[in-house]
Amino acid sequence: MPMITIDNVSKWYNPTFQVLKNCTTSVDKGEVVVVCGPSGSGKSTLIKTVNALEPVQEGTITVDGLSVTTMKKDLPKLRSRVGMVFQHFELFPHLRIVENLCLGQTKVLGRSEDSARAKAMKMLERVGLTAHAEKYPGQLSGGQQQRVAIARALVMDPICMLFDEPTSALDPEMINEVLDVMVELAKEGMTMMVVTHEMGFAKKVANRVIFMDAGEIVEDAQKDDFFGSPRSERAQQFLSKILAH
Amino acid sequence: MAQPLHGLLTRALAAGGYVNYNWNWGIFWEQTPEATGTYFSTLMSGLGVTIMLALCAWTIAFVIGSFIGIIRTLPSKWPVRLGNAYIEMFRNIPLLVQLFIWFFVVPELLPQELGAWVKQLRNGPFYTAMIGLGLYMSSRVATQVSAGINSLPKGQRMAGTAIGLTTVQTYRYILLPLAYRVIFPPLTSEFLNTIKNTAVALTIGVLELTARARSMQEFSFQVFEAFTAATVIYLALSAVVTIGMRYAEQRLVIPGFNGGKA
Amino acid sequence: MFSDFDFNVIWRSLPYLFEQGMTFTLTLTVIATIGGLILGTFVALMRLSSNVALSTFAASYVNLMRSLPLVLVIFLFYFLMPYIGQWIMRADQPVQVGAYSSTIITFTLFEAAYFSEIMRAGIQSIPRGQVMAGYAIGLNYREVMRHVVLPQAFRNMLPVIFTQTIVLFQDTSLVYVLSITDFLGAASKVAQRDGRLTEMYLFAAVVYFTICFTASFFVKRLQKRISIIR
Repeated sequence: MPMITIDNVSKWYNPTFQVLKNCTTSVDKGEVVVVCGPSGSGKSTLIKTVNALEPVQEGTITVDGLSVTTMKKDLPKLRSRVGMVFQHFELFPHLRIVENLCLGQTKVLGRSEDSARAKAMKMLERVGLTAHAEKYPGQLSGGQQQRVAIARALVMDPICMLFDEPTSALDPEMINEVLDVMVELAKEGMTMMVVTHEMGFAKKVANRVIFMDAGEIVEDAQKDDFFGSPRSERAQQFLSKILAH
Repeated sequence: MAQPLHGLLTRALAAGGYVNYNWNWGIFWEQTPEATGTYFSTLMSGLGVTIMLALCAWTIAFVIGSFIGIIRTLPSKWPVRLGNAYIEMFRNIPLLVQLFIWFFVVPELLPQELGAWVKQLRNGPFYTAMIGLGLYMSSRVATQVSAGINSLPKGQRMAGTAIGLTTVQTYRYILLPLAYRVIFPPLTSEFLNTIKNTAVALTIGVLELTARARSMQEFSFQVFEAFTAATVIYLALSAVVTIGMRYAEQRLVIPGFNGGKA
Repeated sequence: MFSDFDFNVIWRSLPYLFEQGMTFTLTLTVIATIGGLILGTFVALMRLSSNVALSTFAASYVNLMRSLPLVLVIFLFYFLMPYIGQWIMRADQPVQVGAYSSTIITFTLFEAAYFSEIMRAGIQSIPRGQVMAGYAIGLNYREVMRHVVLPQAFRNMLPVIFTQTIVLFQDTSLVYVLSITDFLGAASKVAQRDGRLTEMYLFAAVVYFTICFTASFFVKRLQKRISIIR
């Protein structure tokens, strides 16, 4: 059964500007799907529709069999089970690292302070940042902040994870520390949808690659097919541009 | 500095129409004709009223202003319109006119018995000024609160939503703690404005500091002493508030967080 | 509630309210804006000057004015003005200064402090490169200020200046404390005389609201246009 289904989804920012055009795809449990495409192609918007951070006007999206697009009251609960990592980390700057990791656990999942803290420390250890638990986000490097952001998503015991360009705001030397954490997650069988230009990452762990352009899903193929012989011309051009170096 | 000015004014006054004018700094320790204590003690009671009025009005301004400021940042249309209308309403009518309306007009529009009760209220002018000034300042606070929330990176709201927080929780735990830090300096100056604006309340009979200085001048004819004292007290008051707020601001600093850009 | 609302009293007093009251209110607003702006610009230049005495004096003046309630300043200057006048004109007696002239001088001096802060921000918003470019083509300090910096600062700050003018327009109502017949003073006199407080004060509120709301609407449009040009 697919973990995430996106069925015929369209979205307009205003009557004249359509950002998503009849997008249809799905992500199976345990699958890693990379979404790529030129900037402005709608890939970030698409991934944000999965936990209804961006509303859609047409089509349906389900997560674990529950319809996100029609749900109202239980959205926060559902969102808490979908981990999300943002391009600009979006850690809460006024909370210590460990407090960032506890907020959702205590306020959404209703865990006790103690158990939340224990879980937070466990996740920090996993991303190798135990020593920074009592610091504030602004005192960490970009790479460290992004690892904290991943940990913040993981403490909620998500059933799947969404990554919105997790490395594109990072200095080059920090990209790998974040990708390493993601690769490990993928190997453990986490269901992941990742918007990224890191084709190395895609080649290493992705099952499928989705290529978007101008709001459309142009190509949706198994990894080897995509990198071996992309069918569409636009995907070929895109690949030749970003793989040129 | 006081000495040459003193001499100058004494000469000016002696030469002028006020032949009876005596430069008299001792006046503060003399009894007022109303026998309510010394002039100094009446000034101090005025200062007390000024501070009380400023604090009460500020509480109203802060609570209501925050509420209005917050609803102006909600995603739906009607709260935003309501908030905007509120702000335009209180911002575009002079404070003095607003006080007159609260004081003279509103009791007339209330049901008769309630109106009569309001008019006979002890300290009525004080309560009226508190409400009038509080609501007037609330529109300014609201503007600041909205601006503060809007200055935060859009992703902060999204991140809160994404970990499953409700809208109320997102505001409570993320947006507001950040926004109030960002707008701390402008809020400080709005509080200082509130203190200054309490002087307008003398028009409806609140005996705050400026009113006390004015009546001291009327009774004692010591124009300069009376207003110099009021000036010095206002300066001291604003210095105390400014220093206190700066101290509070330093305590609120988050390491690595510099305003809107996280 | 409004059953005995008397529109007639408003209608009857319109000429008095506007010909006398509003005329003075607008006169005071215009003079204090222009005077305050000119004086404020000089204060701002003094404050930004490298001469410590000048900048300290300017800063003290601005901070003093901004720490005091306008009502207090109105009283202060009203009672002080005759003696200052006497000193300046070396007269034998305190100079007679009427309440009207007194408030005009008061508002100009008071607003100068606020306008100086606006102009200071405007001047500081001009990139250093502009000043250097001015010197580079051989202009002196005066000419750089006069032809390069101030025109740009003034234009950038125009919406803020107008906003301050709207605030000033509202603040002129405080001359009520000297029993002057500005717009509110006129309304208040009619209100007391005819015992029609409800009608007159509500009408005054409506008039102030209409003027300020319309004016700030245009300021917002101006702001948008200026930010596009930039």
